[in-house]
Amino acid sequence: MSIGHTLLGLLESGPRHGYDLKRAFDEKFGHDRPLHYGQVYATMSRLLKNGLVEVDGVETDGGPERKRYAITDAGITDVAAWLAQPEKPEPYLQSTLYTKVVLALLTGRDAADLLDAQRSEHLRLMRILTDRKRQGDLADQLICDHALFHLEADLRWLELTSARLGRLAEVVAP
Amino acid sequence: MTPAGSLLEAHDLRKTYGPTPALDGASFSVHPGEVVAVMGPSGSGKSTLLHCLAGIITPDSGTVTYGGRELSAMSDAERSALRRSDFGFVFQFGQLVPELTCVENVALPLRLNGVKRKQAERTALEWMERLEVEDLAAQRPGEVSGGQGQRVAVARALAPSPKVVFADEPTGALDSLNGERVMELLTESARTAGTAVVLVTHEARVAAYADRDVVVRDGRSRDPEYAV
Repeated sequence: MSIGHTLLGLLESGPRHGYDLKRAFDEKFGHDRPLHYGQVYATMSRLLKNGLVEVDGVETDGGPERKRYAITDAGITDVAAWLAQPEKPEPYLQSTLYTKVVLALLTGRDAADLLDAQRSEHLRLMRILTDRKRQGDLADQLICDHALFHLEADLRWLELTSARLGRLAEVVAP
Repeated sequence: MTPAGSLLEAHDLRKTYGPTPALDGASFSVHPGEVVAVMGPSGSGKSTLLHCLAGIITPDSGTVTYGGRELSAMSDAERSALRRSDFGFVFQFGQLVPELTCVENVALPLRLNGVKRKQAERTALEWMERLEVEDLAAQRPGEVSGGQGQRVAVARALAPSPKVVFADEPTGALDSLNGERVMELLTESARTAGTAVVLVTHEARVAAYADRDVVVRDGRSRDPEYAV
């Protein structure tokens, strides 16, 4: 995820302090990986340097200096361009799973066991996500669904590979 | 060694149709209130296992034990009575009786168990409320959508308070959203009522609603609960 673009997007609704930005980010996108303060301030200085945000005001309130950031027109254009640009689909052509299966066959180990163990681990995670989805709000459901569909795709690959292990063994380790 | 405290268990089931072995040493167990998914590719023997567990077909060898009693030792009449009193069923295509209204469909297993019409329909309506289909009480199955019909079928399966519900691809004919809602309601209602669920599915996202899964492959199952 582009943290810079996400923070910029959050600024579109109005100027915010770095701390507010971090809180908004964590609440909406950072369930598993909240941002570090250092990440926020480093990102904001880069955006400032590139003219995508500007300092809207500085407050001290008796404590350390707190900058309030506002998005610039160039920043709005940048967010729009990022949103319009499709993400590159990740084909995972060099997946670790594939490598493990081939290595198991090459070294005479039981590739079916490996696939079964992986299948079981995938399904375990799917159960955790399904439970989280059940208890979560709509945003949680969407995030979990995304992960669940990816895991399901992996599982289908595992099933298919499992059904083709005999043929794969002939090709890989004749 | 069999799993301690299990409600329904199968050991080393074998069943052959002609020259084809459908089950070739399958074992399985489910505890009260537990949801277990039976997974595996098409033709792996999932449905045959479910039918053996429910006493619908008799395995060539191996044992199915329910509440400490072996199903094969029962007469056909005893097994039928057991299915009516203790088991509930949900199939891929609801299989509701088209001539009856939805509430009459849900009340049907209660009526077959001798419950009077008024009481049966009252209980049926309570279950329809839980499954969020009480508004369909007076409609006939042909007048409701696939997702709604499947919820009615789940209500029908749970209404007689069975000990075990057998669900064979219950979301197979539904789109993702309806399928998920049916699974949420089925598993939630079963857990609340302490009903065990044997869920046959080839979809991982459906199996993820279960507490654990048992894989059937080439007629053999791996149930980690079974220390062989």
